[in-house]
Amino acid sequence: MSLRATSRALPAMVKVAFAEAVAYRAEMFVWMLATTMPLVMLALWRAVAAEAPVGRFGPAEFTTYFLSMFIVRQLTGSWVAWELNHEVRSGALSQRLLRPVSPIASYAVENLAALPFRALVAVPIGAVALFVVGRSTLASDGRLWVVWAASMLGGWLITFLVNVGIGALSLYMESSLKFMDIYLTMFMVFSGYLVPVELFPPLVRGAVEWLPFRFQVGLPVELMTGAHPLPEGIRLLAIQWGWVLALSATVAALWRNGLRRYAAYGG
Amino acid sequence: MYRSFLALCLAERWIHIRVRVKPCPMISVRDLRKHYQVHKRAPGLLAAFRSVFRRTYHTVKAVDGISFEIEAGERVGFLGPNGAGKTTTLKVLSGLLHPGAGEVSVDGHVPKKREDAFLRKIMLVMGQKQQLLWDLPPSETFELNRAIYAVPWAQYRRTLDELSATLELGDLVSKPTRQLSLGERMKCELAAALIHQPQVLFLDEPTIGLDVSMQATIRTFIKQYNERHGATLMLTSHYMDDVAALCPRVIVIDKGVLSYDGGLEDLVRRVRPEKRVVLHLLRPTERSVLDGLGKVVSVNHASAVLQVPQGAVSETISRALATLPVKDLTVENAPLEEVMSELFERSRRATRAAEVAP
Repeated sequence: MSLRATSRALPAMVKVAFAEAVAYRAEMFVWMLATTMPLVMLALWRAVAAEAPVGRFGPAEFTTYFLSMFIVRQLTGSWVAWELNHEVRSGALSQRLLRPVSPIASYAVENLAALPFRALVAVPIGAVALFVVGRSTLASDGRLWVVWAASMLGGWLITFLVNVGIGALSLYMESSLKFMDIYLTMFMVFSGYLVPVELFPPLVRGAVEWLPFRFQVGLPVELMTGAHPLPEGIRLLAIQWGWVLALSATVAALWRNGLRRYAAYGG
Repeated sequence: MYRSFLALCLAERWIHIRVRVKPCPMISVRDLRKHYQVHKRAPGLLAAFRSVFRRTYHTVKAVDGISFEIEAGERVGFLGPNGAGKTTTLKVLSGLLHPGAGEVSVDGHVPKKREDAFLRKIMLVMGQKQQLLWDLPPSETFELNRAIYAVPWAQYRRTLDELSATLELGDLVSKPTRQLSLGERMKCELAAALIHQPQVLFLDEPTIGLDVSMQATIRTFIKQYNERHGATLMLTSHYMDDVAALCPRVIVIDKGVLSYDGGLEDLVRRVRPEKRVVLHLLRPTERSVLDGLGKVVSVNHASAVLQVPQGAVSETISRALATLPVKDLTVENAPLEEVMSELFERSRRATRAAEVAP
């Protein structure tokens, strides 16, 4: 579908997606509970750092890091892989394919429209806590916050594209959720979600530079907490957007070829 | 010089006339094939374990070389037993499935490309699948479709008024979809599908599971839509009343192969040339008396149904009136259900015979 036509339909799509997100209140609550892992890690790492700082992290730095992680994760979440798997196997994807709007665009809109509501409760609490406890350990350069904003969008795009890519694998192999499980495990380890990336041994850190996980949530958190000077921040942002481009091309090819195999079950 | 110029003009005119005289069909299907590889395994734990290492597949020929053409504005019934390949064909025509082989075109578009212009012209309504958003009222889906299909506001309101009036939607549109009954949901489903006034409508069992009066409402509505908008309609249904009421032409497929394409009346005449004489009787009559008049299909204390060759109808009627206590009588075709099951049975026998033959 042309970009112009999609953008014309966008307000109505956002409105409906938001209304749908509001319809699932219980699910939203569970989602919030499921993303509190950074708060658990916060308590854990603070206890470790109480004895002596770990690298540059004392208790205050850990607090800022994991509160930031909590906020970033809330605002960059995506769950399209599960939806896509379900819709491919049940045939519900047919309804999206019949409409003159790219299904990927409709998933993106639904995802983005649901995020603010899901984050409605969690983010203000996290942000206030962050401001009260860790204000002094946040990045002070205003330009870094501009880079941060771009890295948030990039982080969400990588998360979303990986979801669509793994979801699209279900067009080839009926179910691809186990791939998502593996991906999530690697994400937990290598993204900075449980352990700040800079605390890894140098060899692992080198590897993490070449993997997409850190650019999903780790980079925005590092930028928030002033881990990088501006030039380094921009360099990492460029790598992040390189991932966005590479994933866009891969996902587009996976999707296009996958649709040839779509079996439109049911009906 | 002048002659060749004249010849050129004439040729051009001829081409022009040819183009005007023979318009392209709205739907054209040539030698369409769609085969699937299906994983097959025996039940049980051992078979499940074995299937991890070695899988046996067999090919299911969902559609195996069918061809037909449908002109703009036609209403065509697409019939066949379960698993005949009807839904697969409709899904290929609406661009959901890529054909394995053959050529398919809908109003000049190749469906599998799913071009915008194509998607704006068509709609596939599936009785067992829905496009309505489950947790929101149907009005939200209508509004979403208005935006997606870029329907101007004035046209949207006009269409919605028309749909609400004919389908008697009332306040259904503001209740969450999940709280609507099956029939109410189908009415809203049809309304949502027609917001953009598609020129080609594929209906896959639109009346499945509905009660008789709701079936009639849906049928009337579909016919009205076709007459008002000149839309082309392709319908699959297991309810022969739907087909009889809506489709002057039927295409029958079985096991992926086309077995009949033509008028419904002709089909009935060809498969069951006999007529049925239904006699309403004043008092019970012995079966032996009826046997003399024709093949007795059914009999009870108040009525009897006889099957007689077409040429013998008037003679049977005169004899019945002369010899039996007839209160009333009607002459009918065999019920469509019977005609169809006989047709399917014949084609199954033909397939079996072809398989046995060397």
